[in-house]
Amino acid sequence: MPVPEPTPLERFLNGILPENPVYRQLLGLCPTLAVTAAMKPAMTMVGATAFVLICANLITSLIRHLLKPHLRILVFTLTIATFVTIADRTLAAFAYPMSKLLGPYVPLIIVNCMIISRCEVCSSKQSPKTALADAVGVSLGFLLALASVATVREILGNGSWFGIQLVPESFPTLILMILPPGAFLALGSLLGLATWLGHRRKARASEPHAGSA
Amino acid sequence: MVEAPNKAPATPKKEAPIEPGLQVAPGPHLSSAGLTTQRLMVDVLIALVPVMSMALFLFRWFAVLQVGICVVSCLTVEAITSLWRGTRPSLQDTSAIVTGVILGLSLPWSAPWHVGVVASAVAIGFGKAVFGGLGQNIFNPAMVGRGFVMISFASSLGATAYVRSGATLEILTQATPLTAAKELSGNVPGLWALFVGNANGSLGETSVLACLVGGLYLCLRRSAVWQTPVSMITSAAVVAGIANLLMPESPLTVLQHLTSGALVFSAFFIATDPVTSPLTERGQVIFGAGLGALVVIIRLFSNYPEGVVFAVLLMNAVVPMINRVTIPKPLGGLPARA
Repeated sequence: MPVPEPTPLERFLNGILPENPVYRQLLGLCPTLAVTAAMKPAMTMVGATAFVLICANLITSLIRHLLKPHLRILVFTLTIATFVTIADRTLAAFAYPMSKLLGPYVPLIIVNCMIISRCEVCSSKQSPKTALADAVGVSLGFLLALASVATVREILGNGSWFGIQLVPESFPTLILMILPPGAFLALGSLLGLATWLGHRRKARASEPHAGSA
Repeated sequence: MVEAPNKAPATPKKEAPIEPGLQVAPGPHLSSAGLTTQRLMVDVLIALVPVMSMALFLFRWFAVLQVGICVVSCLTVEAITSLWRGTRPSLQDTSAIVTGVILGLSLPWSAPWHVGVVASAVAIGFGKAVFGGLGQNIFNPAMVGRGFVMISFASSLGATAYVRSGATLEILTQATPLTAAKELSGNVPGLWALFVGNANGSLGETSVLACLVGGLYLCLRRSAVWQTPVSMITSAAVVAGIANLLMPESPLTVLQHLTSGALVFSAFFIATDPVTSPLTERGQVIFGAGLGALVVIIRLFSNYPEGVVFAVLLMNAVVPMINRVTIPKPLGGLPARA
C-alpha cells in the first residue's frame, strides 16, 4: 500500500486528540466508567495503563520481525499480561489502599482493547521510536479522557478535586454522579460535547477552503 | 451549523415503510383538528387541578413554591435545549409545563429549591432533549428527574418531612405512611385519612380522592387510556393481597397499599404518558400490570419506602418489547407472526 510511513511526531499527536482512545475510538471504556468517581484512582489507573501500554508497545515493536501472523495475538496478550502483573504487584506493594480501591480493574488492564489495538495497529509494524511515540500519545489521550470524566464526576458528585474540597461541606452535591449511573451520564455528555466540538471545527475548517483535513 | 440528525424520524416508527399510514382499529374513524398535543397537555393540566388544590390546602404556599420552581426551570431548560439543538423552542405545546407540574407534585414540600431545579434540568435535559425532544424519549422525563434527585439528595427527599396542615403554627411532625410501614413504627394513618389525603407525603400523592377525580376526567376526555390505571391498580392489589397472605405480619393491608404513596397519582398521571407507554390496548394492560406489581414488590422488598419511580423507569425500558409482542392482527389478515 502506498501509505507513507507515519512519523513519530505524527503518531504522538494523533493519539492525543484526533484519535483519542476514549472520545474517538471508544476503546477502554471499562476503566473510564469504573474508576472515575474521583481524580486519584483515575490518575493511578492512567499511570498503570500508560506503563503497560508503553512497555508492551516497545516490546512488540522490538520483536515485530519474529512475530508469526497466527500467533501474534497470543504474543501480544502474553506481553501485556506480563506488564499488567508487574503494575498490579507494584501497586499492591507500594500503594496498598489504592490497589484495594481499584480492585479488579488493575488486572483488567489486560483486556483493555486500547492496548492490544495499539500493538496490532501500530507497534507490530513500526520501529520502536514510532511505537514509543504512539504509546505516549495514546496514553496522553487516555489521561485527557479519564481526567475530564473524573473531574466532572468528582466536582459534581463530591464537591472536590483530587481530594481537595472545593465547596463547603454543606453544599448540596449530586451524589448520583459518583455512583455508577453518574459515570454513564458524565461520559455520555462529554462524548456528545467532544463530537459536537469536532463537528463544529470541521464545519468551520471546510467553510473557507475545502480539502485540508 | 449543526444538522440535528434526530429531527428526521418524527413520523410513527413502525408503519411508515410498508403501507401509507395504515392503522387497524375498530371504527368509527374520526379525525379532529382539535386533537393536538397541546389539547392533550392542557387536559392533563386541568385534570391536575384537584390534585393541586389538595396540595395547596395541605401544604399551603410551599406547594405553590415547589411546583412553580419546577415549572419555571423546566420551561427554561426546554428553551435552552431547543435553541441548542437548532429547533424552534416548542414551549407552546405545554408539555414542559406538564412535566414541571408533575415533577413538582412528586416532590415533598420540604425539598430545598435546588432539588427542584436539578430535577427539572435532568428531566428535560437527560429525560427528553438528549433523545431528540418530545415524542422521542424512552423514559418518562419527570420520573428521570425524580429518580436523579431521589438518589442524589436522599436526605432532602427523605421521609422525615413534616405535614403543615394548618397555619405556620400548627406543624405536624409525621413520617409518610410508607416510611412508617417500612420502619415498623406502626403509625400508618387510617384509611379515610389516606383516601382524602390528610397524611404526609409528596405534594401530589397524598390524596387518592383528588387523583381519582382528575384521573376520571382524563379518562372520560380520552386524553388518557383507562386500561393502564385500571390494570396497574388491580395488579398492585393482587400482588399486595398475595404478599399479605404469605406474610400476615406485613404492616400494610391491601387497601392501605392502594391508598398510600404515589400509586394512584402515578397510575393516572405518570403511567398514562402517551410517549412512554405502549401503543396497543393489550400492551397498556401488560404495562399497567407490570407497574403495579413492581411498585408493591419494591415497597415490600427494597430499602426504599416507595417504588413508583423505579417501577416506571423499569417498565418504560420494556415498552418497545411490549409493543413488539402486542402487534395487532390486521383486519381480515393473517396473524402478524405465526
